[in-house]
Amino acid sequence: MTTRIPSALEQDRRAYRTRQSRRSVLVAIASTLVFAALLWVSVLNTPGWAAVQRAFFDPSIALASLPRVWDGFLLNLQVLGLSVITVAVCALVIAVLRTLPGPVAFPLRIIAAGYTDIFRGLPFIIVLYVVGFGIPTLANTRIPVVVLGTIAVTLTYSAYVAEVIRAGIEAVHPSQRLAARALGLGYAQTLRRIVLPQALRKITPPLMNDFVAMQKDVGLISILGAVDAVLAAKIEAAQTYNFTPYIVAGILFILLAIPTIRLADWYTARLRRREQTGSLI
Amino acid sequence: MTALLQATDLWKSFDGHEVLRGVDVDLAAHEVVAVIGASGSGKSTLLRCLNLLEPIDDGRILLGGEDISDPRVDADRVRARFGIVFQQYNLFPHLSVLQNVTLASRVVHGVPRRQADARGLALLDRVGLADKAREHPDRLSGGQQQRVAIARAIATDPDVLLLDEITSALDPELVGEVLELVQQLAAEGATILMATHEMAFARDVAHRVLFLDAGRVLEQGPPAQVLGAPREERTRAFLSRFTG
Repeated sequence: MTTRIPSALEQDRRAYRTRQSRRSVLVAIASTLVFAALLWVSVLNTPGWAAVQRAFFDPSIALASLPRVWDGFLLNLQVLGLSVITVAVCALVIAVLRTLPGPVAFPLRIIAAGYTDIFRGLPFIIVLYVVGFGIPTLANTRIPVVVLGTIAVTLTYSAYVAEVIRAGIEAVHPSQRLAARALGLGYAQTLRRIVLPQALRKITPPLMNDFVAMQKDVGLISILGAVDAVLAAKIEAAQTYNFTPYIVAGILFILLAIPTIRLADWYTARLRRREQTGSLI
Repeated sequence: MTALLQATDLWKSFDGHEVLRGVDVDLAAHEVVAVIGASGSGKSTLLRCLNLLEPIDDGRILLGGEDISDPRVDADRVRARFGIVFQQYNLFPHLSVLQNVTLASRVVHGVPRRQADARGLALLDRVGLADKAREHPDRLSGGQQQRVAIARAIATDPDVLLLDEITSALDPELVGEVLELVQQLAAEGATILMATHEMAFARDVAHRVLFLDAGRVLEQGPPAQVLGAPREERTRAFLSRFTG
């Protein structure tokens, strides 16, 4: 293919579009500057702001509290890492049980449906209390918070994720199952090789969403008395009468979430590009 | 006869693949032109470029003398002056048949509901589907769905009607009902540009046939000439695959 020189008309149009986009950039810069000025006048330039800054954004306190908050954060990461695995396995099992066909599987379907109903309705904090304090009392032994936290997160999030997976399984067009069964694949083979791969592709955005929510909710294990990022921040805050350590912990959680959010955005954009071939609308 | 739609030297490529390589098309008011050509010759792309569903890389498109390829032109307003029917019908599955037909009238052209519904019912009656007005598209056969799609496309009285291989996805016994409808529209003076593989239909209905090959108009003229006695070797080769 030889590169063609565009006609004068097309060159005019391109020049016009370039001018338009340059103008858009200028407008964006101007509006940002105006907005920043307004923000400065209405918030940052007020006498109260200095007090807010001292109470929430004190750099020296932030730095001093970071090591302990970071140590606590590692506990959150452990719970998160374990939960990702257990949730993935449990949710998949529940979703598959819920979509099993045939009268024999009826009780399994009921159990799976009941489970998702209960644990999606139950506030996570109640699950956490019941698991975190109930199980050690029942077993009459000390159980590490990492384990208890993972159990609680898994109980709740498996219910959410199972429903997302089920929606994905049901969203795969029936003709795909027909085609697979026609080739002689069994129910489980069809599910594993045809339905689930397509389902997982469809549900990646909502799965990422649940994953981000889970990243934040592992911060709640502080109520079990484990020194995670949140409790460490609370201790630091109590010692200094300053709320900056909470902000430090908060920033750590945000930094943890951002890669996942970006990944989800990128993946969704890629899917959209694939499905809408070359159209601007 | 001045052209209602006039496209000159249209170029369009997708990811470096040139689909249109300098296409000229003109269409007079009340004229019916059939675009024929092999799969991948650029028929669909041409139609989509004309009503600005795809941005062109080069060239000029005039509609009623107005340069609609100018980036200053409001593309939505231009598209509202075209009606297009797609190969796969593209009806909205969540709307009833009547709602599909009246959507553009109500939302784009601001026609009051009662008036739009009356006109929609009249159109559905004319395509023989008045009794299906309250149904959803999935309850209809392919031919019925395509007739609804045609009613939807003409509901706003477009200047130009674009038909993109509208019978290619239909079962053979359903093709007739759709083509009959197009023939009626043509007889009533609609301005139609249609990409088609129905050579017999093109011969009967079109005033002019245009053979698109490798992104260029290789040959055009009256149907009897292009389909009956093509001048170009490639046109002959293409047509021989149809007559067998």
